[in-house]
Amino acid sequence: MWEKKPVLLLILATLAIMVGTTITMILPFKWINAEADRISSVKPYNALQLAGRDVYIREGCNNCHSQTVRPLVADVLRYGDYSKSGEFVYDQPHLWGSRRMGPDLARVGGKYPDTWHIQHMKQPTVMTPQSNMPAYAFLTANPIDPAYTERKMKVLGFPYTLAEIKALAGKNELDAMVAYLQKLGSDIPWRQQAKAVVVGDLKNPYLNDQAAIKEGEHLFDQNCESCHSLEMKANAKSDDVGPPLTNMQTFEDKELFTLIHDGTGGGMPSFASLGANKIWKIVTYLKKGHLEHELKELKEGHEK
Amino acid sequence: MKTTDYNYDIVKSFVHWSILWGVVAILVGVLISFQLVYPSLNLPPYLTYGRLRPLHTNAGIFGWGIGSFMALFFYVVQRLCRRPLWSEGLARFQLYFFNATIIGVAVTLLLGFTTSKEYHEQEWPMAIMVVILWVMFSVNIVMTIIKRREEHMYISLWYMLATLVGVAVLYLVNAAQIPVSLFKSYSAYAGTNDANVQWWFGHNAVAMVLTTPPLAIFYYFLPKTTGAPIYSHRMSIIAFWSLIFMYLWTGAHHLLWTPVPDWVQTLAMVFSLMLIAPSWASVFNGYLSMGGQWQQMRDNYLVKFLILGITFYGLQTLQGPSQAVRSFSAFIHYTEWVPGHVHMGTMGWVSMVLFAGIYFILPKIYGREVYSIPLANLHFWLVLIGQLIYSVSMWIAGIQQASMWHSINPDGSLTYTFVETLAQLYPYWTIRAVSGVIYLAGVLVFIYNLIMTARSPQVSLSAAAQNV
Repeated sequence: MWEKKPVLLLILATLAIMVGTTITMILPFKWINAEADRISSVKPYNALQLAGRDVYIREGCNNCHSQTVRPLVADVLRYGDYSKSGEFVYDQPHLWGSRRMGPDLARVGGKYPDTWHIQHMKQPTVMTPQSNMPAYAFLTANPIDPAYTERKMKVLGFPYTLAEIKALAGKNELDAMVAYLQKLGSDIPWRQQAKAVVVGDLKNPYLNDQAAIKEGEHLFDQNCESCHSLEMKANAKSDDVGPPLTNMQTFEDKELFTLIHDGTGGGMPSFASLGANKIWKIVTYLKKGHLEHELKELKEGHEK
Repeated sequence: MKTTDYNYDIVKSFVHWSILWGVVAILVGVLISFQLVYPSLNLPPYLTYGRLRPLHTNAGIFGWGIGSFMALFFYVVQRLCRRPLWSEGLARFQLYFFNATIIGVAVTLLLGFTTSKEYHEQEWPMAIMVVILWVMFSVNIVMTIIKRREEHMYISLWYMLATLVGVAVLYLVNAAQIPVSLFKSYSAYAGTNDANVQWWFGHNAVAMVLTTPPLAIFYYFLPKTTGAPIYSHRMSIIAFWSLIFMYLWTGAHHLLWTPVPDWVQTLAMVFSLMLIAPSWASVFNGYLSMGGQWQQMRDNYLVKFLILGITFYGLQTLQGPSQAVRSFSAFIHYTEWVPGHVHMGTMGWVSMVLFAGIYFILPKIYGREVYSIPLANLHFWLVLIGQLIYSVSMWIAGIQQASMWHSINPDGSLTYTFVETLAQLYPYWTIRAVSGVIYLAGVLVFIYNLIMTARSPQVSLSAAAQNV
């Protein structure tokens, strides 16, 4: 019957596609972003953060970086607490992404200091030698337009002060991008809550273990060197991200362990996800051989 | 039969342009594959991976995919309705508008004007052009069908009508944006709602752009090519209605383990598994319509394209539902496995069927015989090998990547840092880029074959028709 009546077929087809649409797409609006979903500490973006978010959108960062931490062991260990619906109520559009060619960024806020991000955005391989991310140094040449940003704040209905808009003058797109990244995932106090407490007395199991020192050196190169390299300072490749580690003998092993494990909050990130064994190996290396190794590399660098 | 009534000119023009956009899509795809291995190939600000990747998908899906569907729909609708297009003028205008839209989208994407929504990156002025384009196309097809000279509507026409209404609903709902300026707007939906609407759109764009149109084309050209009728009319009816009913429930399988409500995710997972049935009904209908004449796989190059196409559709619709299961999604989602899956659908299923359709109609329209069947076979093998290398290398890469991401030491810590997992991907990405070059070579052979067909001596139309 409908095979002879195209208009009827169109109507029936529309009805067929509207059933699933209504139930799985329209109906959820009743619950998503409703009162029960809200988290009081989650705030809208300020003017600089919003400008940064729009740079993130324009550059298509979401093509390589996701922004949702799943409630899976490996996700939570790697990125932090899993994402809650209420954290995204001001995201128009959402930027959850579908690929992780780069790491998830839902919890990147507060992980690194601003200087790390600035160096990394300008030339990613300075901070992460094996990175394949494009360099975004050109962002520093683009100023933020205060009037245009104010209009965006109005369209989205986000609260702002005139002083906040005025302060945008003189800021560039990289400043805005860093401000946005530092807000991501930091509206809820997950870092404090997720902080792992190390129990038992902190005793280095690898004292003078040559194999551990060797392994510690490898781990240091992978995880620490981009911020703490003496050679880098000498060549002035990077601004001061982390200090050169020339005074490790003045620390006790357990002090270094706690520092690496917990991070410094806003400065150095926590490296708890490496696990106790790897952290002890790094500590062992830092105490035995790190300075000699660095000075040797520095000398070789000069000779070249 | 009088063939002079039909408007073939417009079909020809759409084919030419869609092939051009297809080449653009592949070239950009090859470039961004190499960019992942050699980041210095990124030329900021306009030619970075982040801006080029949407250009690749838009040129592929909208330029090559929809462009060819428009061409083949215009051809098939006239044949099945036994009448010329309702309005040739409108179709001609649609061609100009189509190219203006694709060029507009390409330029604005490179300039960084994007909504960020996958496969819906077009900013609002471009989105309005897409809507106008779709209305023009729909009116012409629907009016041609209403005024048809054949009482029954063949299967292909059902799939066409479903495509028209499906795309319209999906695109309009997901296009709700609040403009800030000429090329900047914000989504009307926020956070988890925005994600749920976007993937309801995103997944059903796969249904209404990459499934129903190639099925319409497949159902028409397979019997035309083999000379045997469709195996089961009843099975195609059941498959059609259950496919378009079930697809719309499954969008949230792109959002498993995210803050989208659990029940929405569970429904998406269950309906994805159920979709195996109507998908495979079409696959079986295709195989059984061969009527046992499998020697045609050797003798008839068009059958090769069509049967390999429907086979990849079958594999795609088994792999897809498996990825929609929570536990497997937890493992492979966000990895390189996913582009391996997607490209089996686009390079395997959709493009194979389009190649067959174009090989079938173009020589007819030119009034010539195809220039070289050996070249058509070479084209077939190059695109098949290119696509297989692409998908298999990405599946392996995805499994390795996922295993490393999820690997945990006995002390409960992660075994690998993110960068360690990234470094493992470089060899796979190189292989993938090379596979793209092989595929491109196949398409260039295709184009050469078509050009030489157009330049070869003319034969009478009826003789050409008998020879395909």
